[in-house]
Amino acid sequence: MTILLLLVPVAVFLGFAGLAAFLWALRSGQFEDAERQGWRVLIDDDDPD
Amino acid sequence: MIAALASIGRNAQAPYSDLLATESDAAGHDLLVALSVAGFAMMNVMLLSVSVWSGAEASTREFLHWVSAAIALPAVAFSARSFFRAGLRALRSGQLNMDVPIAVAIALAAGMSLYETAYGGQHAYFDAALSLTFFLLLGRYLDHRTRLAARSAAKELSALEASTAVRLTDDKDEIVDAEDLKPGDRVRVAPGMRLPVDGVVETEIGDLDRSHLTGEALPETIRAGDLVESGAMVLTAPLIIRATAVGADTSLRSMAEMVSAAEAGRAKYATLADRAAKIYAPAVHILALAAFLYWMLATGDTRNAVSVAVAVLIITCPCALALAAPAVATAAAGALFRQGLLLKRGDALERLAEVDTVVFDKTGTLTSGEPRLVARPDDEALALAAALAQASAHPFSKAIRRAAEVNSLSLPKLSDLKELPGSGVQATWSGKLVRLGSTEWTDASERNGAAAWLQIGLDQPVKFDFEETLRAGVLPLVAGLLADGIDVKIMTGDAKTAALKIADQLGIADVRSDLKPEDKVEHLTNLKNEGRRVLMIGDGLNDAAALNTAHVSIAPASALDCARAASDIVLLGDDLRPVISAMKTSRAAQRRIIENFSIAIGYNLIAVPIALVGAATPLIAVLAMSLSSISVSLNAIRGVR
Repeated sequence: MTILLLLVPVAVFLGFAGLAAFLWALRSGQFEDAERQGWRVLIDDDDPD
Repeated sequence: MIAALASIGRNAQAPYSDLLATESDAAGHDLLVALSVAGFAMMNVMLLSVSVWSGAEASTREFLHWVSAAIALPAVAFSARSFFRAGLRALRSGQLNMDVPIAVAIALAAGMSLYETAYGGQHAYFDAALSLTFFLLLGRYLDHRTRLAARSAAKELSALEASTAVRLTDDKDEIVDAEDLKPGDRVRVAPGMRLPVDGVVETEIGDLDRSHLTGEALPETIRAGDLVESGAMVLTAPLIIRATAVGADTSLRSMAEMVSAAEAGRAKYATLADRAAKIYAPAVHILALAAFLYWMLATGDTRNAVSVAVAVLIITCPCALALAAPAVATAAAGALFRQGLLLKRGDALERLAEVDTVVFDKTGTLTSGEPRLVARPDDEALALAAALAQASAHPFSKAIRRAAEVNSLSLPKLSDLKELPGSGVQATWSGKLVRLGSTEWTDASERNGAAAWLQIGLDQPVKFDFEETLRAGVLPLVAGLLADGIDVKIMTGDAKTAALKIADQLGIADVRSDLKPEDKVEHLTNLKNEGRRVLMIGDGLNDAAALNTAHVSIAPASALDCARAASDIVLLGDDLRPVISAMKTSRAAQRRIIENFSIAIGYNLIAVPIALVGAATPLIAVLAMSLSSISVSLNAIRGVR
């Protein structure tokens, strides 16, 4: 059963890695307003260059 | 892009730059963080639990329990803090809401698991505590998503207030703050500006857009001595006005007050889930308490009695209420969006399902607000009229220009083109005076309101007849509503003849005309007191208070910002037809929510007796809860039509 001493920390670490990845995605704004990006193509730019 | 589409005859609307604006949604962000922490912790603890369930013995089990505790306790403390806080607040005010059984169940499950772990017990509920938190947060997040930030219509209205004014004194004109004006002051208002005060007109003649009061797009001719209201827009020529009411006494301000009173007076609507929770929460508590007392008295084993009570609380936890209703609302909101309606308030869907009366505003809602040329003279006269119409922004002029464009006529050259307030446009064309304007001005023989006349030299004037165009989809919408047995009414600020004409075309019997904004509110309040659930569809400033008063309200895409802010649902397109499918969707969603409650109750009927007799292991409790949560969620997203 000593294998648990290795496997459990590995599992917990992977869990934390997943959580960290999700939090990073959240913080970089990937879940904010998924709707607007699709509409944005229709809205005129104020200053077309 | 909108201009380009308009040039090929397609009416486009900007897709809600206001509603789509990226506001930093702090609450949603926090919910997502809590949800993700609960979710990842749940996955880990469940994996550890699988080892326990598959038969870990003594010291191994204890080790696994401690690891679970190390993950679960901080995660629960972090993720479920909003439930604890809300539950505590409810208890402090002496109420039982949905948060109380949730908080109690999570806290008890975590606390008892810790106790069991410390004393080397067999069963720990860490995974249950976490999955409860996860599912409930998911419901909370979906619920949050259906609620777009509601903006205040009263604030939009105050944006119409002119902040500065030009005051005329004996020796000079000075620019002052509108707030500093006093009754008796004379102010000059240039074309395109809104009146800062209520007052009496001193200029001989002018044109005024009073659509904020009447909803009517056609300008009105006003003469010296007429009373005018603040917020009306001056057209054609500048007006000089002697103020009679200023600042807080103006009609615009009192209208804004009426709108905000209607906003504040809107009773908080108890959704199906709220009403169910009122019965459910006490029932669950009594059941768990009874189970605890029974086992306590029967066996004297506190540990076992607590364990049974926790199992009951976990199994009965209102996942179906907290998750199923928001999941259905989210699915239905998505379906409505594809049909072309944007839900602005979360409970609008349930309100819509109860509607038995529909009240329409006329101009801008049933009709497009743009008159259409129906009878016209030959091409030469039309081309000449269109050339004259270039000098005017009157809706009739625009209609004439559009008609000329559609027939691709080339316009003749004119000189001395000028617009005369209250009358029309005149110019010189190949040596002759040509005039396009009102019936009175052109000495037309016929006395008929909604027409413009073209007079060349001293010839007999020729007539241009206009008609209001019905908005796309209005006919099938009204026919569909009547077929569904729904009462349809029109309430308009326009005159009776115009209102009756439209009502006849649509087959609507109940028409109220010449209504001021406060009259609309009064009529709607009367209907409400009769016990009717009214859907108000309107687009103008004069509808804002009425939209807030009605049980539920819809504004078309072309509506003014203020009306869109006041309404619960905004149509995304020009066509009104989606309203009818929206009502069907909302009723289907209502049925689906009730269906989900039944499923959840069914699960409870099977699992609660097992828990009560003390046979529920953590495995059974978690399975029952997760199965019911998953099946109601799947049922919720199974295409709502």
